[in-house]
Amino acid sequence: METSIGLLVAAPLLGAAVLLCGGRRLDRVGHWVGTALAAASFVLAAVLFADMLGREADERSLHQHVFSWIPVGGFQADVAFQLDQLSMTFVLLITGVGTLIHVYSIGYMEHDERRRRFFGYLNLFLAAMLLLVLADNYLLLYAGWEGVGLASYLLIGFWQHKPSAATAAKKAFIVNRVGDIGLSIAIMIMFSTFGTFAFGPVLDSVGETGEGTATAIGLMLLLAACGKSAQVPLQSWLGDAMEGPTPVSALIHAATMVTAGVYLIVRSGAIFEAAPTAQTAVVTVGAITLLFGAIVGCAKDDIKKALAGSTMSQIGYMVLAAGLGPIGYVFAIMHLVTHGFFKAGLFLGAGSVMHGMNDEVDMRRYGGLRKYMPITFVTFGLGYLAIIGFPGLSGFFSKDKIIEAAFARGGTEGWILGGAALLGAAITAFYMTRVMLMTFFGEERWRNAPAPSPERPDVEPVAQGGGEYEVPRPHESPRSMTVPMIVLAFGSVFAGGLFSWGDAFVNWLAPVTTFEHGHPPISAATVTAATVVALLLGVGLAWLQYGRKPVPVVAPRGSLLTRAARRDLLQDDFNHVVLVKPGEYLTRGLVYLDHTVVDGVVNGTAAAVGGLSGRARRLQNGYARSYAVSMFGGAAILIAATLLMRAV
Amino acid sequence: MTTTLLAAASTSTGEAVQFWILGTVAVLGALGTVLMKRSVHSALCLAGTMIVLAVFYLANGAYFLGIVQIVVYTGAVMMLFLFVLMLVGVTAADSLKETIKGQRWLVALCGLGFGILLIAGIGSAGVDTFVGLGEANAGGNVQGLARSLFTEYVFAFEITGALLVTAAVAAMVLTHRERTERRLTQRELAEQRVREGKHLPPLPAPGVYARHNAVDIPGLLPDGTPSELTVNATLRERGQVRDVSREALADLAALERRTGEYLGRNGTDTRAVRGAADVRDDVSDDAPDTDEGRAGDGDRDRDREAAK
Amino acid sequence: MNPVNYLFLAALLFTIGASGVLLRRNAIVVFMSIELMLNAANLALVTFSRMHGNLDGQIIAFFTMVVAAAEVVVGLAIIVTIFRSRHSASVDDAGLMKL
Repeated sequence: METSIGLLVAAPLLGAAVLLCGGRRLDRVGHWVGTALAAASFVLAAVLFADMLGREADERSLHQHVFSWIPVGGFQADVAFQLDQLSMTFVLLITGVGTLIHVYSIGYMEHDERRRRFFGYLNLFLAAMLLLVLADNYLLLYAGWEGVGLASYLLIGFWQHKPSAATAAKKAFIVNRVGDIGLSIAIMIMFSTFGTFAFGPVLDSVGETGEGTATAIGLMLLLAACGKSAQVPLQSWLGDAMEGPTPVSALIHAATMVTAGVYLIVRSGAIFEAAPTAQTAVVTVGAITLLFGAIVGCAKDDIKKALAGSTMSQIGYMVLAAGLGPIGYVFAIMHLVTHGFFKAGLFLGAGSVMHGMNDEVDMRRYGGLRKYMPITFVTFGLGYLAIIGFPGLSGFFSKDKIIEAAFARGGTEGWILGGAALLGAAITAFYMTRVMLMTFFGEERWRNAPAPSPERPDVEPVAQGGGEYEVPRPHESPRSMTVPMIVLAFGSVFAGGLFSWGDAFVNWLAPVTTFEHGHPPISAATVTAATVVALLLGVGLAWLQYGRKPVPVVAPRGSLLTRAARRDLLQDDFNHVVLVKPGEYLTRGLVYLDHTVVDGVVNGTAAAVGGLSGRARRLQNGYARSYAVSMFGGAAILIAATLLMRAV
Repeated sequence: MTTTLLAAASTSTGEAVQFWILGTVAVLGALGTVLMKRSVHSALCLAGTMIVLAVFYLANGAYFLGIVQIVVYTGAVMMLFLFVLMLVGVTAADSLKETIKGQRWLVALCGLGFGILLIAGIGSAGVDTFVGLGEANAGGNVQGLARSLFTEYVFAFEITGALLVTAAVAAMVLTHRERTERRLTQRELAEQRVREGKHLPPLPAPGVYARHNAVDIPGLLPDGTPSELTVNATLRERGQVRDVSREALADLAALERRTGEYLGRNGTDTRAVRGAADVRDDVSDDAPDTDEGRAGDGDRDRDREAAK
Repeated sequence: MNPVNYLFLAALLFTIGASGVLLRRNAIVVFMSIELMLNAANLALVTFSRMHGNLDGQIIAFFTMVVAAAEVVVGLAIIVTIFRSRHSASVDDAGLMKL
């Protein structure tokens, strides 16, 4: 069984290679090849999972050493895979959701002439992501980490003819790079401290190295996680990343890649446990992001950007849980998996809506769509109920546990974190209800909406088609798109309950991540009740604002907070003023310095040499007689020297 | 002057007088070589210095060298120099104006320094004991030289011979010009001349139609105008053409008049000649050897014939 | 009179000849100046021969003459060739190797 772990990665990698190198002759079958290889990977993962279930809990971790990657003296980096329960969870999620989204893309990208390339990139992403979660050392994890970054860049900018997409891809890549620097520094510190990057030795011995080193590594890992998982302060790229095709948003920027940061923190749990400061930083980041994303999600009229804000917020929950230590790890992963289901479902639903609405993304131009796309409505609605934590659905189980664990941290900190998580739950209910009401209920605003005005660049007008604005004719999407949505809706509904059945998920993961029961200052039932109350409050408020009153087609000016939230809470402006501007001044100063001082020295030296040689050149005037004079003078000097020597 | 005298360790009064007089001549000759404007003069000055040096060789007991100096150097080498001077252009005077900035000052400085140092060196060497060549020349100077040359220095001698042969071949190679195309036959040359529209028959000789036959006097055409073609191009370039057409015409007119008076005729002929002379004055002031001028002459000739 | 005066005369002639080489532009005059220098050297050699009382100095002077003759032949041939192609015998005009 060990030897087949590598095949998990190899299958999609092969697909990427074939599709990207194969050329146009694969255009007609490319999507089937890509989907088949993703499915193969999923089947293999399922087989491995079944095999794993059949063994004892402490024998479930498999290892495969493929080859020695960089054997240089004391520096030994291996390509080796480790498949334990944590990796298994991720592998199943990635290959499962990935396969579904491959299927969905077949329909969604049907009219795109670069569909083969799209599937190649998707396969490349799968390979990189599997490498990330299967690596048994940090260096190989880093390779996968960069690989998913590359795939994300390629897929966000897939419609590269749109300047906004190209810019968004670049932005995502650059912001991710900041986080990647954190990861590479963390790896360097590990190597200089432990002399190895393998998970086992590093995590075993981190407790003995002292808190300083652990804190340094932990903070650097947190920076990496912030970049990849769009946590404050590196979250600005996620909203723009929605420029990519919707399946990409669903797979990469909702279900899988953005959760890599959570994986990293959970996998490196031992490091954070040895560094309480870093742990506090993690929970702070998580709490801030969950509120930040939720507030942004409330203000966006673009359905995908509203969902992106939601993603940010939900990952904030996971990071918060991961920062809580052994009481939270399991719930972080559990929420990650359930979130993978319902958020992917929501995104696919959004894609389906856009598909039927001429690629319109402005929710103010939707309304009353439930009649026209019933399957989308039902699946989206189930995903909606799951994400707001409606009792009995997936989100309820996972989120409730996280809130409970946050309270269980104890002391003032626990109250603050728990309060934030509760508030987040309320806001989540508010903005998700808003999305739901604006899209599927109310009057059919798209019938007589004015043509999009060019002053609203954040709302993409009728994409690709160009030409005149035409009133959309909403219709249900093809089977290849609805089937994955239905499957994901099942996951959204039942996953949480299944996981919580007899603490199945906790027992499954506990051997890897460790687990201990938290003891919240208030009873679990109270927390659950408070969560439900918060949920009802959010839904009610949203209904008051968007259900009872008609929604204006053109967004009202709104309060200061709304306007700030529409601009991602001024994150870009903040980045611009605090990071870009000083950078510009610095580079300008350096350019000036380069031009005056460095070039001055270089050019000055050159000019001095040039001037000297220009003068020395005059000696070489080309007249034999001039040269003869120097010979003659030299002879005179020789005689003088001879006489002098004789006199002495 | 006997052998012993010439090769003595110390010099006689006669040799001293000879040295001071001829030494002055030698230095003047050397200065002349360097300073004369025309290279022929330089060559002559150099020849003088060489002859003086030949005398000094004789005075120093080097009889063979003295003779060789005169025969080979002054005779052969200097002749070669003059020969090349003739090739290059004997009359051109060199400009002595210095064109390289500061060259003259540098030469003066270096020359003075070099000369003073050399003389100071010789002066301080303290050579006052002269052995003299009395003993060495006892068996005859030429015999003595020959003995050394063909025994001790025979190898150098042979090498020198090779050097001379090489030099002779080198001179031939350097001055030889390879013909790159076939020599043209006389017929081809004639055809070429026709093709180029040049003057085909031999040029008219000077002075044929006038009463002068010096080379610098152009011949006169039937109407009395001078023909530039009859004079050597070099003379034309130098402007050394003597035009006698006017005198000739005046003579002719006077002859006509006298003849007319003698025959008791007063006629149009005289006037015609005089008119021709007037016209000639005008034309000869302009460039008379241009094509237009000559073409005009021809026209005028025809006009006159028609009038007759 | 001390025969060393011949040496002084030789030095003087040599210096004049050297100055001539440096001052004159006409290649033929330059050549003559070189001949003058050679002759000055010959005079010195002959004087040395008298000074030391053997004929070696004269032998060397003889060789000098032979070599000078060869040199004149080749040198003049070169001058003629240059004059033919460049129509000038000025040493300053031969600046083809100058950049």
